[in-house]
Amino acid sequence: MANNNFKNYLSGVIKRREFAVFIVMVVIILAVGLRNPTFLTGENWNDLLIYSSILIIVSIGQMMTITTGGIDLSIGSVLALSGMSVGIIMREYPSLHPLILILISVLIGLGCGTVNGLIISKGNVHPLITTLATLTIYRGLVVEVSQNKWIIYMDFTEKVKAIARGNIFGINNIIFIAIVVALVFYYFLGYVRKGREIYAIGGNPEAAKFVGIKQGNVQLLVYMLSGALSGLAGILWISRVALVQSTSGLGYEMMAVAACVVGGVSIYGGVGTVVGLILGSLVLGIIINALELIGIADFWKMSVQGLVILLAVIFDTVLSHRVLEQLRRQRRVFNVKK
Amino acid sequence: MVTWFLSYGLFNKLFCNVGGNRVEKLLRLENITKRFTGTLALHNVDFDLNEGEVHAIIGENGAGKSTLIKIITGYHQPNTGKIFVEDKEVIFNDTRSSYKCGIAAIYQEASLFQDLTIAENIYMGHQEVNPVTKSIRWRKIYNDASALIKSLDVDLNPRALVKSLGFAEKQLVEIIKALSMNAKILIMDEPTSALTSEEVDYLFSITKKLREQGTGIIFISHKIDEVMEIADRVTVLRDGKIIGTDKKENLNRDRLISMMVGRNLDNFFPRTRTKAGKTLLEVKNLFRAGEFKDISFSLKEGEIVGLAGLVGAGRTELGRTIFGVNKPEGGQIFVDGKQVNIDNPKIALALGIAYLSESRGEYGLILQMDITKNITLPILDKVTHFGCLNKTKERKIAEEYYNILDIRSYGLDQMVGSLSGGNQQKVSIAKWLAANARILILDEPTRGVDVGTKEAVHNLMNNLTKEGIAILMISSELPEIIGMSDRILVMNTGILTKELDRSEASQEGILKAAIITK
Repeated sequence: MANNNFKNYLSGVIKRREFAVFIVMVVIILAVGLRNPTFLTGENWNDLLIYSSILIIVSIGQMMTITTGGIDLSIGSVLALSGMSVGIIMREYPSLHPLILILISVLIGLGCGTVNGLIISKGNVHPLITTLATLTIYRGLVVEVSQNKWIIYMDFTEKVKAIARGNIFGINNIIFIAIVVALVFYYFLGYVRKGREIYAIGGNPEAAKFVGIKQGNVQLLVYMLSGALSGLAGILWISRVALVQSTSGLGYEMMAVAACVVGGVSIYGGVGTVVGLILGSLVLGIIINALELIGIADFWKMSVQGLVILLAVIFDTVLSHRVLEQLRRQRRVFNVKK
Repeated sequence: MVTWFLSYGLFNKLFCNVGGNRVEKLLRLENITKRFTGTLALHNVDFDLNEGEVHAIIGENGAGKSTLIKIITGYHQPNTGKIFVEDKEVIFNDTRSSYKCGIAAIYQEASLFQDLTIAENIYMGHQEVNPVTKSIRWRKIYNDASALIKSLDVDLNPRALVKSLGFAEKQLVEIIKALSMNAKILIMDEPTSALTSEEVDYLFSITKKLREQGTGIIFISHKIDEVMEIADRVTVLRDGKIIGTDKKENLNRDRLISMMVGRNLDNFFPRTRTKAGKTLLEVKNLFRAGEFKDISFSLKEGEIVGLAGLVGAGRTELGRTIFGVNKPEGGQIFVDGKQVNIDNPKIALALGIAYLSESRGEYGLILQMDITKNITLPILDKVTHFGCLNKTKERKIAEEYYNILDIRSYGLDQMVGSLSGGNQQKVSIAKWLAANARILILDEPTRGVDVGTKEAVHNLMNNLTKEGIAILMISSELPEIIGMSDRILVMNTGILTKELDRSEASQEGILKAAIITK
């Protein structure tokens, strides 16, 4: 009996979208590893994981907005704004404890996200339009705040650089933070009522309204969280590269969308898991890393990102047709049974 | 595979005999088998259609009717067997080829372009163009559309956008579309689901006209009475096999039913009357501009009140208002004797009022979520402690209602979107039951479901009323209204024209109250 249950569980796992991503990831790792063994070294993997960690953090925010049927295009700008602001504060007050800086970064992101959320929920402006607008507004603020000057390596205090280099419990700080964030949101989306409401609003807004779920409140929450996560990513990002430019994080929101799409989040809303997201981010991180090892120029990375989104969506469409056929067949079996 | 390859080359230049010589059979299917991995959907099916005949196919959900239709229209290709159109063997690789042979199909859910006009929809894909400039002859299209509409005696504006039409009107547009393509073989798949009796009669008169012109019509329906009225021959399909085909004269309702289900269903509408209790809901002079006015009635514990009327009479609007989706502009609502203001569905639910809408996907269910999550959606309060969901409790509640309603699926985790229509209906009901609704407003609860599920839903309604639940049943099916209601209300263009006890009711009387306007 127990054996049967395990087999059922296993077959359930295999049928899932996330499993497919996992397989893809393994295949890519093997392929790249064979071609370039440097890929498999611990040092390389550390870099890769740190990069992916930051992506995971913002992608979780993006996933929530997409799941409610919206999108957050301002992620890159919020990241830059919080990163730049904190960078300046660090330069002016080098003695500030990094944890305070992290807090400030998150708060700035939260503020930006709240503005987004209010415009979308109270102003009833479509998320696409709203975040498209704030994308440029926040980016403009970055330039204003920095007087178009960069914050360079020399400006960075040891303590802040240590954020990206230090370890907690033997794991790199950034990776650790990503793990914590992932766990928190895994729980939130799966086990907390508000998390369930997020899926409901995206799946069928009318039905959600019928049972009393307030779309405005859920939307506000989701964009606030996305902003806060982007803020968190801001300081982690600048610590990692030890550089803040007015163009930092440009286009990063699309990278987050790519991670979501690869990870099985439906663009139409209502579907998506944290596990899938993590796998999606890892796949993208691996691809970027592999491209760097092969020596491809930076700007090709953006094309790859677009290509990956396209391939993932095509794969999804093909897959969903097959799954639907299978389900239809199963349904037939059930109705024929008398 | 090989057949496909060969046939694509050979039959690409397919030509069909259009008019002219007399043919033996308009359509003939010989020994058709269709297999999907793991299931045999059709076994050795033989079927034929004469010119100028209405040949009905009946069968339960899952019997294979849709598959058969998809094979005739070319959507699927059979594993074995042959298809003959006007006595010539054909192989359809896609639906386009079947169009070219004069086969058109109308389905339960109209597949129209909501944001385009009626005329644009009718002529989509075969618009007339100016041979030189290749631009569409819009004036001709609108004129032709008007002519077709007029020939059927309907009041539709060809320039109206399809999204502004009701169910019945959209269905009409589909039919006109088929007419515009000069179909010789017309397939109607459950065309009357969203129509009321008057509209059905009207549809039948068109069908008869088409039959006189020599068109062959394949009519698929669950509704035996309609089939007996309109069909010349009837074929019964069960579990992918043809159980029998016969002329209408040789058949009767009971025999058909037993052929369909393999058992005798003698209690079609098993309404067992419960002693009515106290008044749960009372409505006085309810009014909403343009929808309904002066509506007053009461609903008692254990009662089923049937709300009859034509599509567009305002019944759904009334239901939605009582449920709090819309606010009344005049009048009062009383629950348990106390006046209440139902500003939104959440308040309605707290008062014990639930509404099951006509189309399950739109208002009722979240198709991407599984059964459990859908059932517990209205009662998240009950399964939440300190903001966190108690999954065990959730599952337990869902399981309870899953069993009560005998929902068929491969588990509680199945996505609702992949369930059959009847089972989706059950999940919808389970949802409201779990929320302890005492007043259920069911809007067309057995629309588009097969005989077996219909009986199950009616039995369920009986059981619910035994527990003291009051049901307001909005239905356009007169036999259901008469068979299942304790009291009947008839609405006509927004006002209540008749209220009577079931014992005094007759189909004619109700219909009269539903269509005659002073």
